[in-house]
Amino acid sequence: MSELLRPAADWELKSLITQCGEQNRPVEVVGSGTKRAIGHPVDASAMITTASLRGITLYEPTELVMSARAGTPLSQIEVELASRGQMLPFEPLDFSAALASPGGQATIGGVFATNNSGARRISVGSARDHLIGMRGVNGRAEQFKSGGRVMKNVTGYDVARALTGSWGTLAIMTEVTFKVAPLPDDIATIVYSGLPEDLAVELLSLAMGTPYEVSGTVHLTSGHAARIGTAPLAGQKTSLTALRIENFMKSVRYRKSRLIDALKAYGRPVELDLEASLSFWGELRRMAFTPHSDAILWRISTSPRKAADLVATLRRHMPVEATYDWSGGLVWLEIPDCADAGAADIRRAVAIAGGHATLIRANESVRREVDVFQPQAPGLEKLSRGLKLAFDPQGLLNPGRMYQTM
Amino acid sequence: MTSIELPHPDADIVDRRDAIVKDLTAIVGARAIISDVDGRRAYETDAFTAYKRLPLAVILPETTEVVAAVLGYCHQNGIKVVPRGAGTSLCGGALPAEDAIVVGVSRMNKVIEIDTSARTARVQTGITNLAISAAVGPNGFFYAPDPSSQLACTLAGNIAMNSGGAHCLKYGVTTNNILGVKLVMMDGSIVDIGGDHLDAEGYDLLALVVGSEGQLGVVTEATVRILPQAEGARPMLIGFESTAKASICVSRIIASGIVPVAIEFMDRPAIEVCEAFAKAGYPLDVEALLIVEVEGSEEEIGDRLAYIAGLAEELGPTSLIISADDAQSARIWKGRKSAFGAIGRKADYLCMDGTIPLSQLTHVLEEIGNICSRYGLGVANVFHAGDGNLHPLVMYDANDLRQAERAEQAGADILRLCVSVGGCLTGEHGVGIEKRDLMRVQFSDVDLAQQMRIKTLFDPAWLLNPAKVFPLDGRPQPIRAGPPVAVTPVAAE
Ligand SMILES: Cc1cc2nc3c(=O)[nH]c(=O)nc-3n(C[C@H](O)[C@H](O)[C@H](O)COP(=O)(O)OP(=O)(O)OC[C@H]3O[C@@H](n4cnc5c(N)ncnc54)[C@H](O)[C@@H]3O)c2cc1C
Repeated sequence: MSELLRPAADWELKSLITQCGEQNRPVEVVGSGTKRAIGHPVDASAMITTASLRGITLYEPTELVMSARAGTPLSQIEVELASRGQMLPFEPLDFSAALASPGGQATIGGVFATNNSGARRISVGSARDHLIGMRGVNGRAEQFKSGGRVMKNVTGYDVARALTGSWGTLAIMTEVTFKVAPLPDDIATIVYSGLPEDLAVELLSLAMGTPYEVSGTVHLTSGHAARIGTAPLAGQKTSLTALRIENFMKSVRYRKSRLIDALKAYGRPVELDLEASLSFWGELRRMAFTPHSDAILWRISTSPRKAADLVATLRRHMPVEATYDWSGGLVWLEIPDCADAGAADIRRAVAIAGGHATLIRANESVRREVDVFQPQAPGLEKLSRGLKLAFDPQGLLNPGRMYQTM
Repeated sequence: MTSIELPHPDADIVDRRDAIVKDLTAIVGARAIISDVDGRRAYETDAFTAYKRLPLAVILPETTEVVAAVLGYCHQNGIKVVPRGAGTSLCGGALPAEDAIVVGVSRMNKVIEIDTSARTARVQTGITNLAISAAVGPNGFFYAPDPSSQLACTLAGNIAMNSGGAHCLKYGVTTNNILGVKLVMMDGSIVDIGGDHLDAEGYDLLALVVGSEGQLGVVTEATVRILPQAEGARPMLIGFESTAKASICVSRIIASGIVPVAIEFMDRPAIEVCEAFAKAGYPLDVEALLIVEVEGSEEEIGDRLAYIAGLAEELGPTSLIISADDAQSARIWKGRKSAFGAIGRKADYLCMDGTIPLSQLTHVLEEIGNICSRYGLGVANVFHAGDGNLHPLVMYDANDLRQAERAEQAGADILRLCVSVGGCLTGEHGVGIEKRDLMRVQFSDVDLAQQMRIKTLFDPAWLLNPAKVFPLDGRPQPIRAGPPVAVTPVAAE
């Protein structure tokens, strides 16, 4: 069992990293560890958690901005926001069911460090789009900041945003500042059944091309759809294709009917009201379509135009269940357990379609062998390596988690 | 104005000018190089016109490969490069130097591919901002970031500055709307970052390239997000007798759960000039005017504007005008978007660009007035209120050197004020040379060193857009490239 370090202040974190540097001792970096099973296993004799760096440090509802220390539970942030009729618009996913990690404990620092964004990303942008500032400590044991607390800021390079999605390998964020948004008054969902994947993605893309500000666009193949429990969709034997509309009540009514009209070639959808919508999109946010099991889970990011073909190609090699989000641009691909987790076939197909694939769920021995993050072209690889050195020249923070030799 | 220090040109490079021009001509062909004095004069400054420097030569490539060859040559020979779009930078971001060549992308202005199903457009970056929307408009789409200079400025400049605009309150700024770039590195290599998918792989290098002010590489192509046009949009004008009331009104609108597409603010001096220029129908008896725009169907717009009007009524506005039709809406926006130009016809001005927390608005506007009157200068304010991005226009007479200097000092004081209330030096115009020496007001040396290590990663010899962004002192030693290599032509005559 590795030593667990729980700094409660920035200076304390700084002195811990200084010690690690002196002893040349790498550390694993976690918030509460809900996504610890993603990435290459980190071999380190110590673990630093941000869990003791807690608390909302600034909340200005009239400016739509909040700051919180990195270890603040996401749940606390969402409760606080909801009490003022606001939310984190990018809808970060809860991986606990998919990874069998402890539920409800994700930290806000972890949300940004993994650029964790859910269905609403398609219309409002991702976690990275909402981050406007951070403070933290890099692998040189330097306390630094980037960005600030204002919405628009182009002063110097955008280091804060560059840290989103760096999985704790460049710096440890101690405080993040981000944009928030008002909760919608009303939500409606329209759901089409039994569409094949190519038609479903076509429908989702068409919907995104309308002016009705669709804020959720998913398609679940029948195997994934069967795991949805929201009435009246529970027990469904066919695929599901869902669109979400959020706005003022009158607008939602109007937009829903216009959308149904515009898409009538695809059939008559089932309509979900506010409550059912919250339940359905909540299930998606908790990734209920892929509960923890031996099955391998990949996350593929590609152009919506290529998504259905890509999955069809893979289906020729292996049994596949898939959930398409972001109007097809994001594919959660579930395949049976196999030796290389399907990496060779999947990466080949992704290379043709464009985009990238990340291995999200596989047992530890597989994650030691297979490239978890997309291997990079030489030019990009050189920049990634240089960036790692610019922040963490000794390789102290989460060594190898994203790329085995970095 | 001379208070911003510019480094002495490298005499060795300047002496070798003829040979360098000859080499570059061999590489790019005579059509793509401007080397005569008159031709170069057109590139000696940008919209921060107080500073002028004649570049060594200007290259206007038509392909990424030519850009790569030029950068590779300059890298090998230790020659500095200033990337350029349309030269509308307000902070001296595109200011050349006597020992630098300008690489302008204005001839690379083609739309490569439009994909309405994936809602992306791939373009060469010399295309103007407005031309992107024009190209996708017939399909019912538009490119969202809308700087007031959009008719002239290029996507390349927008990417370098992470430009914003009036409608960014809802749609985000440039960094939120770029999916991929083709980046020519200073050593002449070409790297593709991101693509046509929503999240780029690996580290978020796009976040670094966008807003890097031409210091990390030359962007020659980009994939941008395009969005479906709204069914309709309509602004309303709300005038108040005080800026305090106007700023409370902005807060109340946002707190009510409505995020309009735009909330713009003008003070009395700005209103008067813009009204005289554009006949927009602005009320002239108010101290502060808000332009609030919402989008949707006719009915939605009506509902939303009525709701906002209700919020405003509680504050006793002096004037409340809802645009009646598209023509009036266009006039209202024309007035706002021509504000800088209109004020520029009246006086020379320095346009500051600090952003502040909205809660500080009244206090900051009052202080800005005080600062300017201390220096004996006039000021007009016209800015993006929804996100706190101020644009005080400090007016002065450029022919009066002492006044010009005072204007610079007033500007610096205003920016210090912005930082001191929790804001930043620049919300959308960039640092350039103008705010370079103020960077330590906002950042510690450690913060800056972290940024400069990124600069060194992309451009070890610090040849790209020198003398910008970072204070001149405290920079790392440039790491020079190896010995010069032979010239290889890439562009046939
Ligand atoms: C009247 C007026 C109104 C304005 N309104 C706004 C506004 O509302 N919002 C706003 O954000 N800005 C505004 N600006 C500022 C300016 O228009 C923007 O900064 C714009 O993005 C600059 O684009 P450009 O093509 O003119 O770039 P340039 O001025 O030519 O260059 C700007 C920067 O980009 C770099 N650069 C240029 N091309 C490349 C390339 N290919 N690769 C890498 N770097 C490159 C340059 O080195 C320089 O640092 C305004 C300017 C004026 C004059």
